[in-house]
Amino acid sequence: MSISISNISKSYKKAKALQDISFDVKPGELFGLIGPDGAGKTTLFRVLTTLLIANEGNATVAGFDVVDDYKSIRKNVGYMPGKFSLYQDLTVEENLKFFATIFGTTIEENYDLIKEIYVQIEPFKDRRAGKLSGGMKQKLALCCALIHKPKVLFLDEPTTGVDPVSRKEFWDMLKRLQQKHITILVSTPYMDEAALCDRIALIQDGKILEIDSPEAIVKNYTKQIYNVRANNMYLLINSLKEYEYNHSVYPFGEFVHYTNSRTDFNPENLKVFLESKSLIDIEIKKTVATIEDTFMELAK
Amino acid sequence: MKRFKGFIKKEFYHIFRDRRSLFILFGMPIAQILLFGFAITNEINNVDIAVLDHSKDATTEEIINKISDSKYFSVKQMVDREADIASVFKKGEVKAVLNFEKDFSKNLMKDHKATVQIITDATDPNTANTISNYLNAILQKYQKELNKDITIAYQIVPQTRMVYNPELKSVYMFVPGVMTIILMLVSAMMTSISITREKELGTMEILLVSPLKPIQVIIGKVFPYIFLSIINAVVIVLLSIFIFKMPVQGSLFLLGLESILFIISALALGILISTISATQQTAMMISLMGLMLPVILLSGFIFPITSMPLPLQMISNIIPAKWFIIIIKGIMLKGVGLQYIWKETLILLGMTVFFIALSVKKYKIRLE
Repeated sequence: MSISISNISKSYKKAKALQDISFDVKPGELFGLIGPDGAGKTTLFRVLTTLLIANEGNATVAGFDVVDDYKSIRKNVGYMPGKFSLYQDLTVEENLKFFATIFGTTIEENYDLIKEIYVQIEPFKDRRAGKLSGGMKQKLALCCALIHKPKVLFLDEPTTGVDPVSRKEFWDMLKRLQQKHITILVSTPYMDEAALCDRIALIQDGKILEIDSPEAIVKNYTKQIYNVRANNMYLLINSLKEYEYNHSVYPFGEFVHYTNSRTDFNPENLKVFLESKSLIDIEIKKTVATIEDTFMELAK
Repeated sequence: MKRFKGFIKKEFYHIFRDRRSLFILFGMPIAQILLFGFAITNEINNVDIAVLDHSKDATTEEIINKISDSKYFSVKQMVDREADIASVFKKGEVKAVLNFEKDFSKNLMKDHKATVQIITDATDPNTANTISNYLNAILQKYQKELNKDITIAYQIVPQTRMVYNPELKSVYMFVPGVMTIILMLVSAMMTSISITREKELGTMEILLVSPLKPIQVIIGKVFPYIFLSIINAVVIVLLSIFIFKMPVQGSLFLLGLESILFIISALALGILISTISATQQTAMMISLMGLMLPVILLSGFIFPITSMPLPLQMISNIIPAKWFIIIIKGIMLKGVGLQYIWKETLILLGMTVFFIALSVKKYKIRLE
C-alpha cells in the first residue's frame, strides 16, 4: 500500500478534527478526499506528511511510519499545501531551482516529469511568483512538489481559487502523472472533481462517510431524484420544504434536486401542490444522482 | 552542502529584494551613529550668550574677549538694562547672560573681589549646567592668570583630570552603545522576522516536509545576517574613526572577534524569538520590547549601572549587551587586550552557547 491509515484520531484543544479514520491508497492510485471546508482534510494531510502527530492510530506512507520514520517520508513525498506556499519574491525559475536543490536534485535530472506542466509557465520564468495568476501559481507549485520525483504526492485543495479552464488542465496533468506511477492523494471541496478520481473518500466533521469509486458511490444512491424548476427559486425551495412527503430539497444550479419519501410518488401531485403556492412554469423531470447528492444524503 | 548553499542563496535573494529590510539593514546604522554622534551630545559648541556690562572697563572687556574667543561661546548681543534680560531669554536668542557688576575692575583691584552673575536658561537643565560649568572654567582660568604674580599661601585649586575621554566627548561613549544596539537589532530582529515570515507564508510547511535538517535551516537563515552584521560593525567603526575622529586604542582583530561572538549570541536570541512567535509582527514586537529596551536602558549604555537600584543591577547581568559594551569600551577606549576582558568574554560565550542550545532544542520539527 502506498498510504495506509488505521484508526487515526486527532483533536485540537476541544475540537475533534479527525475521528477514527482508516483507509488505504493503492500504489499508482489517484485518490480523492472530498469534503467541505473544516471537514478535517488538511489535518489528515498534515498527519500524513509528518507535520502533525495524531492522538491515536497509526499510518504509513510509502511504507514508512509517519512518526518513527518521518525523515524517510520527507525524502519521498511531494507536498503542496492548500495555501500558496512558494517564495513570492523569487522568480518562477528560482523557486523551482531552490526546491530542486534542497531535495538534492536538479531541474535537468527530472525535467521529463515536469516538462508538460513547466512548458506552460516557462514563458514567465523570470517573473516573480507573487505576480503570477492563480492557475499559474498552482502549476508552479505542482512543479516544485514534483521536482524530486516523489513516490507519493499530497495535494491539498490544489484547485481552490483557480478558474475552470485551469482546473480542467490541472486535473489532466494529474491523470498523466498517475501514468508515471506516482500515487496521488488529492483533496477538494468541488464535487465535480471527485468523478475524476479512481476512488474517493467522502469526509465530513472528521469522519469518513463512504469510500468507493465515484461510479459505485453514485450507484449506491437508491432514491429517484427529480429536477424541479419554477419561476421563483426562493419560493420554490420553501414550498418544496413544506410539502409533507419531501425527503430532501437542495438547490442545484438552475434546478432544485428533490427526492420524495414515498415509493409511489407521482410528480403530478407535486405540481398541483406547487401551483397552489402560486408558482408558474413548473417543470419536474427525472435525473440521475451525482456525487454531491450522495454526499448530501450521507451527511444528513 | 549543495543544499545548504542553495538555501543561503535564497536568503540573499530575500534580503536584496526586500527594499525595506535592506534600508533598515544599512540605513539604520549610519543614521543612528550620525544622530547619536552629532545631535545627541552632552557637549556644547558655539552657544549664543548675551552680556550685560555695567562697568565697561578693561577687565570686563578682556573677559568677554576670552569667552568669545573660545569655541564654546559666541557673544551674540550686549544688553543695556537688567529689565531686558528676561525678554532676551523669552525670545530664545541666547542660552545664558553674563551680568558684570558696576565697577568690576575697581572692586577687583581694591577688594580682591568682584562679582559676575551667570544666568542660564534652565529649560534644558543639562545644557544649562554644562554652560555654567564652562563659563566658570573660563573665569577661573582668567582669575589664575591675574593671580599669577601674587603668591598666596595655601591656595587650593581643585584640579580634575578626565581620563580616556579627556574632552568628555560624548560620541566616544555613544559609539560602543550604538554599535551594540545596531548589532542586536539587525541580528535578532531580522532573523526572527525572516524565520517567522516563512511560517506566516506557509513555506515553512514545505521546508519541514523536505530532507533539510533543522540545523541546516537555522544556520542557512542566520548565515546571511552574520555576514551583514559584520559589514555593519565595520561601517560603524569606520564612521566613528573617520567622521568623529575617535581613536580605536586596542586591537581591531580582537574587536572583530568579540563582535562576531556578540552577533552570534544575538542571532541565537532571534531564533529563540521566532520559535515562540507565529507572525512577523509578534516577532518584531518581542524583539523591540524584549531586546531593544533592555539594551538601551539596562546595558549601561545611557544610564550608569552603578546608579541603578539593586534589583535592576542584578537584571542587567543577564543582558548580553552589558558585557559586550564593557568589552568594546575596553578595547576601543582603553586599548586593553584579552587579559583584561576574558571574564566578560567568557560570560558572553557562555550565554551564546546557552542560547544556541536552547533555540536548536526549541526549533520545531513539526507544526505543533
